[in-house]
Amino acid sequence: MSSILPQLLTGLATASSLFLISAGLTIIFGVSRIVNFSHGSLMMLGAYIGWSILTRLPREPEWFALGILATALATALIGVVLEMAVLRRVYRSPELFQLLATFGVVLIIQDVTLLLWGPTELPLPRPRWLRGFVEVAGSRFPLYDLVLIAIGPLVLGLLWLALNRTRWGTLVRAATLDREMVAALGVDQRRLFTSVFALGAGLAGLGGALSLPNASANLGIDLSVIADAFVVVVVGGLGSLPGAFLASVLIGVLQAFGIVLVPKITLVLVFLVMAVVLVFRPNGLLGRPQTEAREATVAAPVVRPAPPALRLLGAAALALAVAAPFIVGGYYLTVLTDACVAILFAASLHFMMGPGGMASFGHAAWFGIGAYAAGLLLHWAGAPMPLGLLAAPVAAGIVSGLFGWFVVRLSGVYLAMLTLAFAQIAWAVSFQWVEVTGGDNGLLGVWPPDWARDPRPYYWMALALSVGVALLLRRALYAPYGYALRAARDSAPRARAIGLDVERLRIVALVIAGAACGLGGAIFAYGKGGVFPTYISIPHSVEALLMVLLGGLQTVAGPIIGALVYTGLADILVRSTDLWRLVLGAVIVVLVVAFPEGIAGAVRRLWLRGREA
Amino acid sequence: MSVLSVQGLGKSFGGVRAVSDVSFSVAPGEMLALIGPNGAGKSTLFNMVGGQLQPDAGSVTLGGATISGLGPRAVARQGVGRTFQITATFGSMTVRENVQMAILSHRREIWRFWRPAAERFGDEADALLAQVGLEVQAERATGVLAYGDLKRLELAVALGNAPRLLLMDEPTAGMAPAERVALMQLTRRLATERGIAVLFTEHDMDVVFDVADRILVLDRGALIAEGDGPAIRANPAVRAVYLGTGSGGH
Ligand SMILES: Nc1ncnc2c1ncn2[C@@H]1O[C@H](COP(=O)(O)OP(=O)(O)OP(=O)(O)O)[C@@H](O)[C@H]1O
Ligand SMILES: [Mg+2]
Repeated sequence: MSSILPQLLTGLATASSLFLISAGLTIIFGVSRIVNFSHGSLMMLGAYIGWSILTRLPREPEWFALGILATALATALIGVVLEMAVLRRVYRSPELFQLLATFGVVLIIQDVTLLLWGPTELPLPRPRWLRGFVEVAGSRFPLYDLVLIAIGPLVLGLLWLALNRTRWGTLVRAATLDREMVAALGVDQRRLFTSVFALGAGLAGLGGALSLPNASANLGIDLSVIADAFVVVVVGGLGSLPGAFLASVLIGVLQAFGIVLVPKITLVLVFLVMAVVLVFRPNGLLGRPQTEAREATVAAPVVRPAPPALRLLGAAALALAVAAPFIVGGYYLTVLTDACVAILFAASLHFMMGPGGMASFGHAAWFGIGAYAAGLLLHWAGAPMPLGLLAAPVAAGIVSGLFGWFVVRLSGVYLAMLTLAFAQIAWAVSFQWVEVTGGDNGLLGVWPPDWARDPRPYYWMALALSVGVALLLRRALYAPYGYALRAARDSAPRARAIGLDVERLRIVALVIAGAACGLGGAIFAYGKGGVFPTYISIPHSVEALLMVLLGGLQTVAGPIIGALVYTGLADILVRSTDLWRLVLGAVIVVLVVAFPEGIAGAVRRLWLRGREA
Repeated sequence: MSVLSVQGLGKSFGGVRAVSDVSFSVAPGEMLALIGPNGAGKSTLFNMVGGQLQPDAGSVTLGGATISGLGPRAVARQGVGRTFQITATFGSMTVRENVQMAILSHRREIWRFWRPAAERFGDEADALLAQVGLEVQAERATGVLAYGDLKRLELAVALGNAPRLLLMDEPTAGMAPAERVALMQLTRRLATERGIAVLFTEHDMDVVFDVADRILVLDRGALIAEGDGPAIRANPAVRAVYLGTGSGGH
């Protein structure tokens, strides 16, 4: 009994931080219909800015409070800049590109933070009053945690007042229900959106600064926090403030008890709870159904097989690729092997995202599961490479199928959020389960057998597998299954009305994409001789997205071109600058704003226009 | 023996009773028109028959088997084809491919991963397109079709399912008057030839009186009249709420 209360209080303190971040996320979504992936980054900025301010102020409580508020204000200002510079330009873009744009911001903020504050963690020296304890039911409880517990409901109350007792709040609520109506009322929408974004950013900054005494400012905050916040918002119901509060308490308390009872699988536990909630309440605890209005508005161009000229070009490129080991060697052969893996990585993502219409921000999860399946089999059972190459797609396909079974009924944004959260959790498991996965050090000695140890035969094997699978994927897309999958994306109601099983089509697409991607992971693992948590990291998922975006969603050749261009560019970029995230992020944002259909899509459009003219 | 039989069907949204206690049936080859002012509950009724919405009360049977409670996909499999009030087609496909999709689904050839779909049932699809007058547009993208042609395409897609029952929610909206009559007379002919039962809604009264065998009038969710053209024209209740004697509505 005595250990329950302190755990409960710890859970409630966590809940408050979760609420601060998810409240902003949910309000911004309500008004702008944009899921802000960079919200965790704003919280990270809050932590760093808070650190800079608080370490310069006197250490009395009133100065602490003042510093925290100043931090919230500063992040709100950053939010204003962000909204005016990026988000405002993508309100009318397709959902996927909005998500991508905010993703680009994540990368930019990563590098800017690194530049300004350096790579080391920055802990806040805690003054005496912050280290105080209070007796609660016979056990000592940190005073600061009690402060945090109080802040959650306080912020909820203030937000409620602002939303229900001010003219601004009335407008926000109206915009959440019906954007056109507010526009019709003659309200300056831009100012409304900017102010809402500023509020959300300010709340994130507040959360970041308040987290300092218990944690530190570090570069991992953004992604770990956004994954948690996505889980909270999905469980509570996107757009619902009380839902976000309820879910924060649920998840916070669950985490606190989970740490005590089943420390290793707390993350998995959280994910399972979310899965259960979604099975019974697909819109979250207090959420309303998401309209699928967008579905009909985006008219994708007709997909036709590539013209003969392009096929000829492809065949020539393939011949060149087969002959490559006789022309180049050493380092370039490794880059080419990486390119083969990239083709699998991108083509599999394209399969589910283009024709399947299911965006994933955590595609690296399947890559990593494949790599770990091969690595673990070798490490623990001494399984040879052919078995590993077989087990990888099977394992990744099964897990992505299970994942798909839970999420397939959800709308696009939910799916995108959950893929990211799932990948982040898979990453955390690989990182924390040291006994099995080797943790940060990874699994070493994952080498191919003797016949494939030389770079040349290994490259040929990788080429054969990746081109083979890419051709199989293409085949499936032009077969009845692929058409049906595309039909379900184009119009789910119409697809159902002609008897198509939309959910099953999508789950199978996830299985296929997961399996193909898992194979890529295994090829990569044997090529590098090891498996590491970075294979599952979010930046790796972003790479897959970028390849597909570069190539465009509308053509089957697109992801392959994207993979090749990206591998080349990334190789040059990583070798020439340390700030590759910054460059990459900026490239994403510019691409999204300038070419909403990708490079291949833009070329295709110009080509078609040229022919019809 | 009727194809479709609806018993005591009801549906509320929150506090709004969109449809309450509606019963009727449709025979093979029969054209049954469902009319009523905006918001009367016509689309809601269609969606309950088609499986898009689940009724709160009552039952729907097709050829004697209960289909209420089934989802739209299962209902389609039982032989129900439909068009939507807001057209729903596959935008990334050509006109012909849209119809091929319906035939592939009907012939259970969806779960095939090898042979190109474009090679399957092209002739059957063209035949259906010819019937609705779209054969010359077979190669075009659906995105560039005129609204009336989209409606025609939806009809061809619905026929690809070889339906026993055809649900058409405002099949002629957005068409010129002459086109409307032509399309509905085509439907009339198909219904007779193939013994398809047709339930349709339509705002154009000329079309309704021209092609419908029987007419149901729905007002605020409830059936207020049923009968053939002359009977409906003469019905005082219908005149009051629908044809707008006095109130000047429609
Ligand atoms: N999904 C829904 N949620 C809430 N109310 C709904 C919903 N669908 C329909 N309604 C309401 O139910 C009533 C009947 O709507 P329905 O669309 O069935 O009418 P209708 O006869 O098809 O009208 P119209 O001629 O305009 O197409 C209306 O009051 C409508 O506002
Ligand atoms: Mg209607």
